[in-house]
Amino acid sequence: MIAPKPPLRIGLYQNGGRRLPGGDRHYDLTRSLLDKGYEVSVIRSDSRIGDLQEGAWLLLGYFGKEEPLPAMGNGNGDRLYYRDIDGLETSQILDAVEEVRGQTELPGPGGWKPWFPVIDYNRCTNCMQCLSFCLFDVYGVHEDKIQVQNESNCKTDCPACSRVCPEVAILFPKYKSGPINGDVVRQEDIQREAMKVDISALLGGDLYGSLRKRQTEARQRFSTERDESRALLERKKCLRKLKKDFDIPDEVLMSLPSAGDIQERAERAKAKLAARQERSQTVKDSRPAPTEDDWGI
Amino acid sequence: MANSHDAATPDRAIPGQVTAPPAKILYCRCAYAKVIAPDVKDEVLQGLTRSGVIFEAVPDLCEMSARRDPRLKRLAAEDGIRIAACYPRAVKWLFSAAQAPLTEDTVEILNMRVDSAGSVVERLLEGCLKAEESS
Repeated sequence: MIAPKPPLRIGLYQNGGRRLPGGDRHYDLTRSLLDKGYEVSVIRSDSRIGDLQEGAWLLLGYFGKEEPLPAMGNGNGDRLYYRDIDGLETSQILDAVEEVRGQTELPGPGGWKPWFPVIDYNRCTNCMQCLSFCLFDVYGVHEDKIQVQNESNCKTDCPACSRVCPEVAILFPKYKSGPINGDVVRQEDIQREAMKVDISALLGGDLYGSLRKRQTEARQRFSTERDESRALLERKKCLRKLKKDFDIPDEVLMSLPSAGDIQERAERAKAKLAARQERSQTVKDSRPAPTEDDWGI
Repeated sequence: MANSHDAATPDRAIPGQVTAPPAKILYCRCAYAKVIAPDVKDEVLQGLTRSGVIFEAVPDLCEMSARRDPRLKRLAAEDGIRIAACYPRAVKWLFSAAQAPLTEDTVEILNMRVDSAGSVVERLLEGCLKAEESS
């Protein structure tokens, strides 16, 4: 999960007769703040202070000669800050926002393209193919249910796990086309994905298995024929096929783990399994100990 | 004026003090990707700011979901909320992933990736008026 600390939130304060910046100024300011990564809410003076929860708030408004509003929080140690924006241009307001953010020592917004899978549990059958497929530990299991647990581990612009999902249950909301982007799943989409899974099975059960097999074959050829260029060509051909079939970005292909990494990963999984089995023998556990299949080894 | 204050007062209703009214409209800017046409998201935002309605604008629902932002829970709890973002299936499961499931009967999700800015603004404001009429 991403660092849970919420960023500084911005409130445009509408105080009785002192309205928000008019029409296009309101638009310009809101757009600029959003594009910088700040949330923007309109704040009125006639309801519950408790709604200003969830982190630190900066209120921007025309406070004039009025005494600044008394500081109030929600009892959780959250903070409120105020800035009068009378006479300030949008760029000056943005500077003021950054200055306050500096005071709060909160992290700056942005800096990460939120690219990660989202599971449609209306479609997911908990088959765990995505868990087995992803080498970057994006997925995990909680109470026997597949979950996305490490969003920031996901490789930007790589939708490969959604390609191997037989139920078309994995979305990437920022993907260019449907149904991966969340568009309605049509019958032909299901058939197409099923066909891809079949192809994957034909290739040897899973994509990485296929890749490893090809790698091994290429090595064998290299060792017997001493033909380095042929092995490299084979690898390039395999990578091109992966890129085309699964829309995998170059960056991901370049960061695929080595055989040693895969071996290490398998060893870690086995160690986890052994620990779990040992625990289930020493502690009364109503659930049966998982098998190697359960751990995707 | 450049003052800041530390929190001290517990959560309770205080007449005449600052507050965020329940948002009936949520606008997602999708700020970190180029999947929504810039003119569509700009026009929708412009329509909202010009109308004078109260709305909440967030830079990116995906990012908030990944952060499990608690604010999503409050937004999801709003009865009759209208959301201008992207595909409804994506928005629904983004909220769900943040442990803030939307109430499907009362939420309306408008898709700025597909619909025109005019139709999105019209639906958002229509919903807002209806909410005001019913209250």
